[in-house]
Amino acid sequence: MSNDTIKYIPGDANYEGKQDFTITVYAEDRVGLLNRISIIFSKRKINIDSLNTSPSEIAGIHRFTILINESYEVVRKLARQIEKQVEVLKVYFNTDSEVIWQELALYKVSTEEITEKVTVERLLRQYGATAVVIRKDYTVFSVTGHKEETDALVKALEPYELIEFVRSARVAIIKDSAGFHEKLKEFEAEEPGEERVENEFLDKGDKIFTM
Amino acid sequence: METLQDIETKKATTTSPTFKGSGSQMLLNALIEEGVSTIFGYPGGAIMPIYDALYDYADKLEHILVRHEQGGIHAAQGYARTSGKVGVAFATSGPGATNLVTGLADAQIDSTPLVCITGQVFAHLLGTDAFQETDVINITTPVTKWNYQITDAKEIPEVLAKAFYIAKSGRPGPVLIDITKNAQLQIEEFEAYVKCNHIRSYRPKPKVRIEFIEEAAKLINSAQKPFVLFGQGVILGNAEKEFKAFIEKTGIPAAWTIMGEGAIPTDHPLNVGMLGMHGNYGPNVLTNEADVIIAIGMRFDDRVTGRLDKYAKQAKIVHLDIDPAEIDKNVKAEVGVWGDCKETLPILTNLAKENKHETWLAQFRDYNQQEIDQVITPELYPSGEEMTMGEVLRNINEICGGEAIIVTDVGQHQMVACRYAKFNNTRSNITSGGLGTMGFGLPAAIGAKYGAPNKTVIAIIGDGGFQMTPQELGTIMQFGAAVKILILNNRFLGMVRQWQQLFHDKRYSFVNITSPDFVALAKAYYIAADKVDERANLRKALETMINHEGSYLLEVMVGRENNVFPMVPQGMSVSEIRLK
Repeated sequence: MSNDTIKYIPGDANYEGKQDFTITVYAEDRVGLLNRISIIFSKRKINIDSLNTSPSEIAGIHRFTILINESYEVVRKLARQIEKQVEVLKVYFNTDSEVIWQELALYKVSTEEITEKVTVERLLRQYGATAVVIRKDYTVFSVTGHKEETDALVKALEPYELIEFVRSARVAIIKDSAGFHEKLKEFEAEEPGEERVENEFLDKGDKIFTM
Repeated sequence: METLQDIETKKATTTSPTFKGSGSQMLLNALIEEGVSTIFGYPGGAIMPIYDALYDYADKLEHILVRHEQGGIHAAQGYARTSGKVGVAFATSGPGATNLVTGLADAQIDSTPLVCITGQVFAHLLGTDAFQETDVINITTPVTKWNYQITDAKEIPEVLAKAFYIAKSGRPGPVLIDITKNAQLQIEEFEAYVKCNHIRSYRPKPKVRIEFIEEAAKLINSAQKPFVLFGQGVILGNAEKEFKAFIEKTGIPAAWTIMGEGAIPTDHPLNVGMLGMHGNYGPNVLTNEADVIIAIGMRFDDRVTGRLDKYAKQAKIVHLDIDPAEIDKNVKAEVGVWGDCKETLPILTNLAKENKHETWLAQFRDYNQQEIDQVITPELYPSGEEMTMGEVLRNINEICGGEAIIVTDVGQHQMVACRYAKFNNTRSNITSGGLGTMGFGLPAAIGAKYGAPNKTVIAIIGDGGFQMTPQELGTIMQFGAAVKILILNNRFLGMVRQWQQLFHDKRYSFVNITSPDFVALAKAYYIAADKVDERANLRKALETMINHEGSYLLEVMVGRENNVFPMVPQGMSVSEIRLK
């Protein structure tokens, strides 16, 4: 079967069009590294959809989670450019089907509106929102989920008084990752261990976890 | 009798297991530990403590006072390129630091190992828009392999060790270390200096994977028309011998990018010439006929490939590179061999079958003959009255026999020099390849001479490029670098003019450049000089220049509207190369 006959769909790494990719970067925690990474995107006039920096499973190692909508080819090149940076340990990039992800959204609405209008309350229940703060003048709700879900609530709240809205960057867990502990041991050894070419030439048979 | 101060100074300038002194002294000790002997720099307010310490290190560190920081960094590049060592440049904060940017970008794209030290305002003034404060770390991030700001002297030994390790290991590149003035002044007790050979997040070279080399060898062994393209990676990896052994065993014709020129001698029978826009006829046309292309330490720059979607589509590509980000970047490889070519090439040679590709090589010779007849002979032995750049190069080849180091600036003369200069030795062709920095030639030649003091160093520069950094004549005057400066003057910004002639209906927009009296200018700097405007005097003038004891400037008036051919017009395929 030749490649031409297969129609790949978004979510598959062989899909040639643009799709969401989650880039996970394990790096040293250093001033200026965020800039070094972000200019790799801006140099190519590629927009970052969301970017989160956080600690990782290992103390002292930072984890960047970057969301972009690009083709596999472009993302692969970006990932190699990022991994080339001296203070970056490892870069992974995954399609949506390969990660579990969440985003957190906060909504500020008028308390008067929601107490008067029962539909609003129903909406909030329907979207799994929780109240973070309830004051006389306003109430803040939060929703955790995918962009479509948090967006849907924005749309639903539009007819009422949505005073403020904010959504966090995506954070994601890679389904087949066993974490970075073992990899780090290789990195700390004098001689680099046999990692390499994971995205390209190596067989993809030895996945660690399957779902 | 030694005074107390003498004793203090002596103590301060000797590196001992533990050393008490200023951050500035520690910095200079670190440079000495790293084998640095020559620094190109320019002092200023924020780097004064380092210069103050340098005063006591005159016997160990030679400091060349350049006339502009850009000159300093280009000199450091020239030094690194001829010596194979890390080039070192000093500059002060603010304008001193920003003047380094062009050289950093040049070194980054041409993978030149540099460590640049910039002074910075006191740490407590950072972010206050202090006098001569500039955010040099953020300005230089895109053009450095690594950069770091030191605000505490305690960091100096470790950071310097890392800087040198990063600059020279793997794919080399420029590193900039910015040191705030308080850290330069800070007195500390320092531990013994330890060189760096491992950073956990940094992998200078990927591990060699034998299975990919085996695949590469299989392709090479079954190829009918294999073709080797090599770049500077062969030189940076000190793999000239390994490379020669590979092509000689396999009998594969090899063509070079301008950064790879000289890795094998010009007259090696398998050296079929230069790739790319102004490269040779055969290598360009036959790129689109080869069945297997073996790219070694090169990065498929657009000046090499021409139009990508018509580039070597019939060929299977084997790409050897130390930088994984280069493989599949511009041209998709059938087999990517990640690793240092000094390690991978011997394995590949071992697996490759002995071969001779006589009929295939004959095709290169046929194209070469056409190029000789139509382009090379008229350029090297012109029948017209006007002198050509090519005949100047032919004369240099005849006088130097391929032993000289040729440093070029950027433009027509650069292409002519790369096409026609003869090289017997590696690290002899010093040019700004990736960035194309006009003004590179003169300062780089100064550094090249310090890096290879026993060689004849000839800087070939156009009348335009020379006027971008002529101030470095002052450096030559003061420090006596015996650089031979050859200005090929066509009274035009020739390359831009050529494009305007060919692609813009001869609308010569601001390419008509006038020049000062270069001979008088050189003489104002006490540099011997001469000017030639007719062929009859050319040979003798060149001999005088080359045999002259010290530095020398020779201006040669060449034809105004000569073009460099062959040429792959922009947006065209390499096989559409034009001979005229």
